[in-house]
Amino acid sequence: MKKQTLKIDSKTEQLITVRDFVSQAAYASGFNDEEVSKIALAVDEACTNVIKHAYQYDAKKKISITVGDSNGNFEVSIVDSGKQFDPKKIKQPDMKEYLSSYRRGGLGVYLMKSLMDKVEYDIEPGKRNQVRLIKQLPR
Amino acid sequence: MNEFKIAQREASNVNVLELRGYLDAHTAPKLEEAFQTLLKTNRTNIVVNCKDLSYISSAGLGVFMAYIEDVRNKSGDIKLTNMSNKVYNVFDLLGFPLLYEIFKDESEAVKKFNDKK
Repeated sequence: MKKQTLKIDSKTEQLITVRDFVSQAAYASGFNDEEVSKIALAVDEACTNVIKHAYQYDAKKKISITVGDSNGNFEVSIVDSGKQFDPKKIKQPDMKEYLSSYRRGGLGVYLMKSLMDKVEYDIEPGKRNQVRLIKQLPR
Repeated sequence: MNEFKIAQREASNVNVLELRGYLDAHTAPKLEEAFQTLLKTNRTNIVVNCKDLSYISSAGLGVFMAYIEDVRNKSGDIKLTNMSNKVYNVFDLLGFPLLYEIFKDESEAVKKFNDKK
């Protein structure tokens, strides 16, 4: 599948558009319903994090989502130019401990990692943040 | 567009919220509002019927996390029912079945509340 890019305003109401865009691309790459749902959810989580944390709900900002196949993988890249973060500081929560303390939030990254094969970050301080969500193409 | 609706009704002293559509970061505040209203009026026997819920992200799951403690402190509970496999899988991935009672059918959850008395 050829690369395709969707550019959206940093607004939560755009999440449904993102999920539709990514789902269509994932179906075109041969994934089944279950896998498509997982990919769409992972991308929703990544975009929600950008809207909340990188842009802190500034709706004038833009997020760019690119989908495509390469080297046997389906890859979704989400790029923003908001507040940078250090991916090393994101801890994988211990879910048992998490649930027993009734906390909320912080589940997005855990979900992204559980739903995809690989989650990679590429941060250029002050310029752009990129997160790449990767899943092996179905054989 | 981002269609999400909540219908509320009472069944044998239990408050049932029926969720319909897509529960994500955009629509989660609606669910939050519904829980707040129930808590304020001390209606804490809550069943959330997910029959028509097509999608949930962590923003939606976070709302359940945010209210469960307050609801239980008031001797109530939030019980979930009628989930599709797709929605259940997300709950399951995060271990939520350890914290919440999930029933196949609404009537089982309502019965559990009423048996408690």
